[in-house]
Amino acid sequence: MQLPPALHARLAGAPGAAAPLPVQRDALAGNAPFRFAARQVRFPREHEFFEDGDVQRHLYLQDVITQVAAEPERPRVPEFTCQVAGCCQAFDALEDYEHHYHTLHGNVCSYCRRAFPSGHLLDTHIQEWHDSLFQILAERQDMYQCLVEGCTEKFRTSRDRKQHLVAHHLYPADFRFDKPRKGSRPASQVSTEAAGEDRAPSEGDAMEVCSEHAEAPPEPPRERRVYGHRVPSTICFGQGASRGFKSTKKRSKRP
Amino acid sequence: MWRGRRGLLRPSGCGVEELRCRRREREAALRKARREQQLVSKRLLRDEATEEAEGGRVVVILGEAQIQEFLRLAQRGIEEKERERALVSLRRGLQHPETQQTFIRLEGSIRTLVGLLTSNKALLQLEAARCLHELSHSEQSAVAEACLPATSYLLTYLSGHSSDFIELCLYTLGNLIVESEAVRRQLLPQGIVPALAACIQSPHLTVLEALGYALSQLLQAKEAPEKIIPLVLGSTLPQHILQLLQPGPKLNLGVAVEFAWCLHYIICSQVNNALLITQGALTTLGLLLLDLAAAVQRTEDAGLELVCGQLVCPVVRCLSNLLTEAAAETVGGPMHLQDERVLAALFILLQFFLHKQPSLLPEGLWLLNNLTANSPSFCTSLISLDLIEPLLHLLSVSNVVSVLVLTVLCNVAEKGPAYCQHLWPGLLLPTLLDTLALSDTEVVGQSVELLQLLFLYQPGVGFWP
Repeated sequence: MQLPPALHARLAGAPGAAAPLPVQRDALAGNAPFRFAARQVRFPREHEFFEDGDVQRHLYLQDVITQVAAEPERPRVPEFTCQVAGCCQAFDALEDYEHHYHTLHGNVCSYCRRAFPSGHLLDTHIQEWHDSLFQILAERQDMYQCLVEGCTEKFRTSRDRKQHLVAHHLYPADFRFDKPRKGSRPASQVSTEAAGEDRAPSEGDAMEVCSEHAEAPPEPPRERRVYGHRVPSTICFGQGASRGFKSTKKRSKRP
Repeated sequence: MWRGRRGLLRPSGCGVEELRCRRREREAALRKARREQQLVSKRLLRDEATEEAEGGRVVVILGEAQIQEFLRLAQRGIEEKERERALVSLRRGLQHPETQQTFIRLEGSIRTLVGLLTSNKALLQLEAARCLHELSHSEQSAVAEACLPATSYLLTYLSGHSSDFIELCLYTLGNLIVESEAVRRQLLPQGIVPALAACIQSPHLTVLEALGYALSQLLQAKEAPEKIIPLVLGSTLPQHILQLLQPGPKLNLGVAVEFAWCLHYIICSQVNNALLITQGALTTLGLLLLDLAAAVQRTEDAGLELVCGQLVCPVVRCLSNLLTEAAAETVGGPMHLQDERVLAALFILLQFFLHKQPSLLPEGLWLLNNLTANSPSFCTSLISLDLIEPLLHLLSVSNVVSVLVLTVLCNVAEKGPAYCQHLWPGLLLPTLLDTLALSDTEVVGQSVELLQLLFLYQPGVGFWP
């Protein structure tokens, strides 16, 4: 198919179209046995007209093992360590560090050091666990917001919310990012019961656990959390880790 | 992901003829699947560079005891490196279907994997996600569906920040989505549409391409027109999709391909195309077509051509179907596509892909029909841009193509003597007489229709006074 040379120039030219030629139809045109009528055609998705193109699309999709070009995408850099106080993880690739940072230091609650996968869940957590105003309001109105983005339902208790998540959104009953806060007693008392209660269900703690089994040996970070937000934050009981400059804002600064 | 397509053109120890043969087989299988309305394709994301570093691609089948050991080490190992290594070994084993089967039958295996997925150890998380991804890619339903307990977490992580991790989650979700309606019946109430709508604002191209893939799979589902597309249209996804299809320096072809297909599935389901038109779909797609025509003229990169071809197809389909909507008819309005450069672009693309991607030809001509049927303006442009003769050259390609070409010519001729006057000179009549000798009844029928119009509107030559 030879194209007129001026066509390429036209493509690069200005938008618009020439004035249309006058239309003048004759009634004889549609007379039997002739039946042509100019009309637009639409094809639904499963029409066989689309078969060839669909097959091409899927060949493209199936073109399997994709190479991730090593050099341009993942520059190796001289080894460096995470800058967050107390964390000494080392990296030699920025992507690895990005993932580490966001997982461990990203959406972190500055009260209890729990890490969350998203800002949304962090906000919800802070509100429900560390905001006394929330507790007051919760006595009078539905304050527990559904965790699924886009769902605007609110509930009276966190248990009602969990029930909604399970029944309506088909979430697992042991969804790790929806742990109920253990009682509303002041933090100083929580430490005494910790030894007995908090141990068995690793479900008791939101993010820091990677194991379901109760036999997992208790790790130092867990004890640290038990002290709660009533203990002045400048005291760290020698546990180290993640104590940086405290800002006066309610939550940790996010990148 | 298309960026890695170079790898494809470099087969490891395969003859060219063998490759072609395999491709023909795959094509035949896909055709069969499509006719049975079961056309699904899963995508596997494997980092070849890492694989080669790990010592080649020998896939080891793991037994029950070995899997249990790896899981135990991953979960309870003292040293992080040890835990990671265990998961890597597990992941490599899971590349084999037999290991996959053994894995899912092991009690607590998925639970442990999900536990590792949601741990706060970044590298363990990533490896656990890779294990799930291998499982999701399986052709065995039982294996893929074993990943279901992880979906709420995969969705939650879409609003995180680690782009590699999100990309992996998206491809895994995409594979699970095509698995069965049962899976989608879980994913929809879990909020996959709002999660995608939030995630589409990511600036990372790899994330966007993965998202487009996952969304295209969701929209391709059988129940999509009733259950999924209304949700998608009600979200902010359409605006973002159109934005990602805007031509210009920010356009990424790999990303655009996926979202163009998303748009096609939405549009051809005819749920609410008027909404898309008000959001400027016609204009965006028209401009994109122009951009693509310009791009193919400039490039000599085979990979780029391939992707352009993959993008042209859904763009043409979307434009063509949208033109049939009543909302597109408003002449003079901003939505009205009235730019003859679209014709120029279409012909340039059809000529370019004539041999490289022949499936584009009938679809392009269908678009041409929809452009010219009710539009004196486009019919005039066809004449003034000298496109009648190129059209005639297409008459020998196939019957389907011939009928389409003749239909377009009829669209022009039926508008009256002012148009026919330009059709008479040149090769039209002799070519037309040639087609009458062909045996295909539809071609002959359409030729006769055209002849009648030509004679009707050219009194000087006709037999009627």
